[in-house]
Amino acid sequence: MYKYIIKRLLMLIPVLLGVAFVIFAIMNVAEGDPVYQVAGPDATQEQLEALRVEMGLNGSLLQRYFRYIGKLLQGDLGVSYISKMDVMKLYLQRLPNTLRLASLAMLVAVVISVPLGIVAAVNQNTWKDTLAMILALIGLSMPNFWLGLLLMLLFALKLGWFPSGGAEGFASVILPAVTVGVGLAALLTRTTRSSMLDVLRQDYLRTARAKGVSERKVIYHHALRNALIPIITIFGVQFSNVLGGSVLAETVFAWPGVGRLVVDAIDQRDIPTVTGALIMTTMLVTIVNLVVDIVYAYVDPRIKAQYTK
Amino acid sequence: MKETKTETRASKIYKKRSTLEMAWRQLRRNKGAIIGLILLVIIIIAALIAPLLFDYNTDVVGMNVKERMKWPSGAHICGTDELGRDIFTRIIYGARYSLAVGLVAVLIALIVGVLLGSAAGYIGGVFENVVMRICDIFSSIPSVLMAIAVVSALGKSTINLMIAVGIASTAPFVRVARAAVLVVRDEEYVEAARAIGQPDWKIVMVHILPNCVSQIIVQATLRVGSAIISAAQLSFLGLGVPAPAPEWGSMLASGRLYIRDYSYMTLFPGIAIMITVLSLNLLGDGLRDALDPKLKR
Repeated sequence: MYKYIIKRLLMLIPVLLGVAFVIFAIMNVAEGDPVYQVAGPDATQEQLEALRVEMGLNGSLLQRYFRYIGKLLQGDLGVSYISKMDVMKLYLQRLPNTLRLASLAMLVAVVISVPLGIVAAVNQNTWKDTLAMILALIGLSMPNFWLGLLLMLLFALKLGWFPSGGAEGFASVILPAVTVGVGLAALLTRTTRSSMLDVLRQDYLRTARAKGVSERKVIYHHALRNALIPIITIFGVQFSNVLGGSVLAETVFAWPGVGRLVVDAIDQRDIPTVTGALIMTTMLVTIVNLVVDIVYAYVDPRIKAQYTK
Repeated sequence: MKETKTETRASKIYKKRSTLEMAWRQLRRNKGAIIGLILLVIIIIAALIAPLLFDYNTDVVGMNVKERMKWPSGAHICGTDELGRDIFTRIIYGARYSLAVGLVAVLIALIVGVLLGSAAGYIGGVFENVVMRICDIFSSIPSVLMAIAVVSALGKSTINLMIAVGIASTAPFVRVARAAVLVVRDEEYVEAARAIGQPDWKIVMVHILPNCVSQIIVQATLRVGSAIISAAQLSFLGLGVPAPAPEWGSMLASGRLYIRDYSYMTLFPGIAIMITVLSLNLLGDGLRDALDPKLKR
């Protein structure tokens, strides 16, 4: 088991370096020389050159990349072109807000999808199943930012139950979280249903029923436990989409998270902030996926057995 | 040896035809898929004939200050926007952008992904490893952020939007193609083709890839839907099709500014996106059930 964890951790290193390189290279294509942008129109050639060195923009792409990685390992993501603030500090300031939004969104998704998926599976091919599947399909087909706008319209502007933006108090996180959560809920409902359907056909459930275990207990105790395994996997994989989706929700609801930071930085052509925030977010996703995989291997004895050999 | 080969091939072709026929028969029985197909055909026709119905310069982007901010009525069934343009006209015209971006983006992803994936599966070894690790790298960057980064680097334009969304959706195609190649790579008929000296590219194209066509069709249909959503998201953030083009996402972005008093402006473009993506999802799900009953999500 430890071998497995160590192997996965080691495999993480090239992926993270690759992620950093891809993002670094993409942002490097960005048009316009940032030195001019920072220096202003009156700077002399010497000042420009000095600034170029100071900003770490001299040398080839690879040289700059390795310098960036060197600094990244020390927790230094450079300085924002616009606010002149430390990018790592900016990122860490925003991260808790995004994590709050993301975790609540995932909670919303589970609360909606698991019961809905179970009901659909247990009542397969009845109106309940059809209804659940139609709801899931609509949830999958709806752009989340549009759902956000509709929620804002109804619950913030018309009914006034929640604030329409900002991050003050618990009430303000609810609409953005539902916005992000519904798409995930749609996907999870489908997963829960098909996973439950697979499990419900298993022989051990027939045995449990034959022993006289109540139907309720068969479903919630015997079936759900095994059905949860694929659900957990999807959940981990979707963390990346939740963070992606929160970029939109943060824009709609003016939520001061990482997504907002990136979008604003792009508007201002603030490349260090964009690069840093993207790299950090991707690392977060990768690490969360790793943790999910490890937990998954730990929980499922079949997988655990594969690696303890 | 040769005889066995032609026989395998003949039975293969026979089987392939009947699979397609059976798939269509199954698809026809699937109500959802047929609804999706009909909706999609209507949307495609609307997109194709839009330039015949409306003049781009006067009807779609031309200002008409007298008619601005009119709520939906008989004259304007979806109302008019802040510049007095008929929203229904713009939505119909906007189908051209959404469908084009969705299709081209997925086509880019499909071509690059299938080529890389099948090469990786067929060649194997270090090459396969490198391709799959690159795939890991690309799938660990959240696709919205990936597309945002690409557009912000390349600049805002419709073509760049297609490229950005395409890059962000390539990895799944690499995986599907590679998996399909791995399944049949060591089959006897592939070995036979190799034995009679067929070039590798021909073996992959003629003997291996046809096996995963159905999976690729399903994947592509579902991906066009998510590509349309991604494109609308980027346009909503101001990173997509530049104004004044009637892109649904950017129509929602301008509607958002007037959401308090003119809510209809945020309603209709969103419905258009939803119906388009819904029809693709219905069709994609139906195709998946028809082509591969084993494949379940």
